[in-house]
Amino acid sequence: MNKPSEKLWLRICAVDEIPLLGSRVVERDSGNVAIFRTDSEVFALLDRCPHKAGPLSQGIVHGNSVTCPLHSWNIDLSTGEARAPDVGCARRYPVRVDSGDVFLGASNTMKRHERSQQ
Amino acid sequence: MKKPRLVVVGNGMAGIRTVEELLALAPDMYEITVFGSEPHPNYNRILLSPVLAGEQSFNEIVLNPVSWYEDNGIRLHMGKTITRIDRARRVVMADDGTEEPYDRLLLATGSQPFILPIPGKDLDGVVTYRDIRDTERMIDAAKTKQHAVVIGGGLLGLEAANGLKLRGMDVSVVHLGDWLLDRQLDPTAGGLLRRSLEERGLTFLLAKQTAELVANEAGHVSSVRFKDGDEVPADLVVMAVGIRPNTALAESAGLHCNRGIVVSDVLQTFDPRIYAVGECVSHRGIAYGLVAPLFEQAKVCANHLAQMGIGQYKGSVLSTKLKVTGIDLFSAGDFMGGEGTEDIVLSDPAGGVYKKLVIKDDKLVGACLYGDTTDGAWYFKLLREGRTINDLRDHIMFGESAIGDSGVQGQSRAAAMQDSDEVCGCNGVCKGTIVKAIKEKGLFTVDDVKKHTKAASSCGSCTGLVEQILMNTLGGSFQETPKTKAVCGCTDRTHEEVRRAIREHHLLTHRAAYDFLEWRTPNGCATCRPAVNYYLISTWPHEATDDPQSRFINERAHANIQKDGTFSVVPQMKGGVTNPSELRRIADVADKYHIPMVKVTGGQRIDLLGVKKEDLVRVWRDLGMQSGHAYGKSIRTVKTCVGSEFCRFGTQNSTQMGIDLETMLANMWAPHKVKLAVSGCPRNCAEAGIKDVGVIAVDSGWELYVGGNGGIKTEVAEFFVKVKTPEEVKEYAGAFLQLYREEAHYLERTVHYLARVGLDHAKRRVVDDAANRRALYERLLYALEGLPDPWAARIKGTQAREYIPIKLITERKLDEQAV
Repeated sequence: MNKPSEKLWLRICAVDEIPLLGSRVVERDSGNVAIFRTDSEVFALLDRCPHKAGPLSQGIVHGNSVTCPLHSWNIDLSTGEARAPDVGCARRYPVRVDSGDVFLGASNTMKRHERSQQ
Repeated sequence: MKKPRLVVVGNGMAGIRTVEELLALAPDMYEITVFGSEPHPNYNRILLSPVLAGEQSFNEIVLNPVSWYEDNGIRLHMGKTITRIDRARRVVMADDGTEEPYDRLLLATGSQPFILPIPGKDLDGVVTYRDIRDTERMIDAAKTKQHAVVIGGGLLGLEAANGLKLRGMDVSVVHLGDWLLDRQLDPTAGGLLRRSLEERGLTFLLAKQTAELVANEAGHVSSVRFKDGDEVPADLVVMAVGIRPNTALAESAGLHCNRGIVVSDVLQTFDPRIYAVGECVSHRGIAYGLVAPLFEQAKVCANHLAQMGIGQYKGSVLSTKLKVTGIDLFSAGDFMGGEGTEDIVLSDPAGGVYKKLVIKDDKLVGACLYGDTTDGAWYFKLLREGRTINDLRDHIMFGESAIGDSGVQGQSRAAAMQDSDEVCGCNGVCKGTIVKAIKEKGLFTVDDVKKHTKAASSCGSCTGLVEQILMNTLGGSFQETPKTKAVCGCTDRTHEEVRRAIREHHLLTHRAAYDFLEWRTPNGCATCRPAVNYYLISTWPHEATDDPQSRFINERAHANIQKDGTFSVVPQMKGGVTNPSELRRIADVADKYHIPMVKVTGGQRIDLLGVKKEDLVRVWRDLGMQSGHAYGKSIRTVKTCVGSEFCRFGTQNSTQMGIDLETMLANMWAPHKVKLAVSGCPRNCAEAGIKDVGVIAVDSGWELYVGGNGGIKTEVAEFFVKVKTPEEVKEYAGAFLQLYREEAHYLERTVHYLARVGLDHAKRRVVDDAANRRALYERLLYALEGLPDPWAARIKGTQAREYIPIKLITERKLDEQAV
């Protein structure tokens, strides 16, 4: 377990670069992370629905949930858990907003990042 | 501020259902206290008969265990009977001295069995059949006693008799009427029922009036004596001659009662702080004793307790079903018939099948089925809808499958299906799974079944079948999906209401719509947001804001999402006509972006499958073609045949007609997808007969057909109008589509829209009324005017971020940080 002090926060983008009630995808070889923005908060989940691995980032965001575009499972953004009666859980990642920027928690060996060229 | 207090008197199905509905609407509004006379939490009274028959145990029929009350913060007083309401002080008092103040009071005191006022009614061994205590007493009696007499040949009496017989007693049923279930069946069906129950070993004493219950020396009942002097031995007598509403408490509090606590259409008593639901109430002079009406009442009552103030209870049409395993009977409405009615009867006594349909003024008003009840749900639906049945009359007796409608609307033969038979082909759900979920989880509606089993939750074509399974499993407690349905769980408003509000109050944004219509959720859900978005932009073209975040991904990204998260790209190819230059570019793009599959679609277009989202904009740019709209609730394709240019049979230039229509309708959003086809002669190679608008050229002009569908259930388009010129084709087709765009519910195809409003309605508005047709056509052209091609707009940079992922260059395992 990493102590909070060892956690490295990576700046991902500005909050307003994520559409309100929308999402952005952070690409990784080990599975993309979806960053969601609701009315008041930002959340990060593995971009993989626990049902059939649909890209949650492409779903409709409403309240504190996202609806998977493939088969309409509703995933709670704060817990990653599917809403009843469906059962399953998408992995969560630590994320925070500081002075209008979004930071994703990463291990301390992750040194830098940058946005794609496009 | 302290929460207002809601006190519920009656811990039964009606009271608790109201509380459940209320919690769903306004979870934290009240401090809730429930009083129940019985020492049990809420259980499913309908299932007492299976308990008596030994098919289920008490624990299996509990609907809300004690933990449910705790979880919802409800104070539960079991085994306490409220004896007094002090309306001036707003306090109720229980028999043990408990006092509880209220701000709102809900009376759900139910009913009590009617006891015949005859000598011996209070003897040992005389029971009624109402609650679990009665049931347990009967089960105990069956262990030691031999002769049971059930007084009353109604639903409850027969279920009691059947249960006692299964528990090994000799059972006689005494009935005052000339036939069994005389409130539910006609004499013929009653006779068939009697015969099959007699085969199970029950004895019937019909047209007999009970005079006295005779005691032995020990003061226990020993026989039943009748008015005519006959006497039969009896160690157990079950009185099941009817129920009467429990109104004593309400009457003592001075509430107006008349064979039930009199309530308004919002379930309010004469004291506005006091509501009443269930078997204890009298609504428009009727006291209901079946569960479906109680649930409808609960919904309306909860809505008003939650201060939503919408919804009215207008009474229920009833259907009944006997819960005796192996006996199928069904009746609804005016099944006896009489003055001014006609009967259609099918009678096969040897085969044990009898069906009678009662028709008045070309409408089905009653049905009585015995032996084969598979079409009960369908008849009940026709009856409730009150639709004219002229067109069905020849076949109606043979059931819904006989009219060839076993798809979308369709109930095929749910009862005849095996448990292992698949009901929902999309999600692979078998009948057994659905039945099990209904029984174990206490489901009552199609929506419940959808949520728990996923059946009927994808394409919806098995909804009718699921409804029928519900009906067969639940019998009288089945709740039909209401005809006017709320858009989704975020609101109680129907599609019409939402649309009307947007039109009449000039609402232009989602926020304005949700605020004005008092949405329960902050920003809707995945069901209502796309619908509201469509209503906004279709009602106020060029004014309302189209919100990309309220569109399904396909319409947001302008490409079709595939199961692996890649997309498919279908460029526009009007009328299915292309050229070498386009084909070369398509081939180049497929090479350059390593597109794994290139396929011709059903709509005569070329599909590039497996495109990565981040490549979409570049793919479109390199193609240099417009969006083919193969992904939206929008115009899709206009399919054409070769037509008079080349074909030796062609009568008109169908290809050009198709291109013109597709040009006119480009970028048109609609309630659902819209497909057209134009054929050059009646051989109809473009398959215009299964399109939303199909055009067939004939030598003297063009025939227009509407409402066809080649999808989930094949529907043949109906003839709409015949016109002479291509201009007229555009005007009539455009006006029809605009009517559909203005009136259809979101996600309603033309065929379902027409089934709802009637083809005649569309003809009146478009064909007969020239001024209205032109107005519709102009509104369509105005809505489409100046709409940009979505691909071109994105190549120019619109919503660029939608397509650009954020990349992490240093790859480390974020997983170590996963919480």
